[in-house]
Amino acid sequence: MNEQILGLITGILFGFLLQKGRVLRFDKQVGAMLFKDMTILKFMLSAIIVGMLGVYFLSDIGFIELKHKAMNVGAVLLGGSLFGAGWAVMGFCPGTSLGAIGEGRWHALWALLGMIAGAGIFAEMYPFFKSTVYTWLDWGKISLPELMRVNHWPVIAGLSVIYLFLFFIFEKRKI
Amino acid sequence: MKIKTADGGWNPYFAGALVGVLAIVSVVATTKIMGKTNFLGASTTFVRAAGLAEQRLVPEHVEKNEYFKKEKVKVDWQFMLVLGIFLGAFISAVSDGSFKLEAVPPTWEKRFGKSAVKRAVWAFCGGVVAMIGARLADGCPSGHGLSGLMQLSLSGFAALACFFGVGALAAHFIYRGRAS
Repeated sequence: MNEQILGLITGILFGFLLQKGRVLRFDKQVGAMLFKDMTILKFMLSAIIVGMLGVYFLSDIGFIELKHKAMNVGAVLLGGSLFGAGWAVMGFCPGTSLGAIGEGRWHALWALLGMIAGAGIFAEMYPFFKSTVYTWLDWGKISLPELMRVNHWPVIAGLSVIYLFLFFIFEKRKI
Repeated sequence: MKIKTADGGWNPYFAGALVGVLAIVSVVATTKIMGKTNFLGASTTFVRAAGLAEQRLVPEHVEKNEYFKKEKVKVDWQFMLVLGIFLGAFISAVSDGSFKLEAVPPTWEKRFGKSAVKRAVWAFCGGVVAMIGARLADGCPSGHGLSGLMQLSLSGFAALACFFGVGALAAHFIYRGRAS
């Protein structure tokens, strides 16, 4: 099987589950940002709890190597904030915009086109960012347990408890 | 706890947990089949899509651009994954009757009215800003959020905090206004 077919199958399953979880919609995404409807956080954190157990198990037995993205402080904080502002206006993230079009919410097409244009603009600005923001402060490809100098399993256990506690609050408040 | 919700969807905890399983299976499958470990992500594909579109107009420019060279303009595993999201969502929506053509999202309409043009302009601008941010941060809620937090990456926690923190601030300002 080639990588394109594998990607397509994985994407179809991912899109199917995103739609079943009802997390693709503009109203769900903006609903979470307004703390009115936490469906996307329930969905995401559930995936993360299951995923971190599996991914760290696979890493412990030496089957895979983790691929942390670099903690380039300026780039992550500035880029993350820009993304947050744009996300609030468009109400989709890159992956969910295509899923939203798939479930008939075709207005997500405008967000999709904007994001393709944004990627093209970024490609032109890359030399500028490379000589400025990226040079400020880079902590490298580091994980939270590495930063804390502890084993990863207690961190996984602690975070799982925090995430489950959040679920408890969401359900209690019915959001 | 019920698996099915009132509108025919699935409980978000259940559907989310299955995405966790999918993420693990995908990590195993890409490692075995492609010989390299891939985590779920989406935003790099937008760079490649922009590159493919620009290649039709200004091919030499794309060839010379440092960022396109770095990310490589091609239809790869992630590109097909993103296309797959569209198909999977379509299959799911049609099969449970939740497919609905919509020109303006309800929450937006309540605040800014029915104009599809107004919505289109703002959504496009929001998309431009968000994608510049996602590329600068090197990831989106899939790559940094889902895959980053699964791996306990420091950058994932920082990025998601910015995504959601600034998103919440902006959303309160945009959709609630000062009056409410």
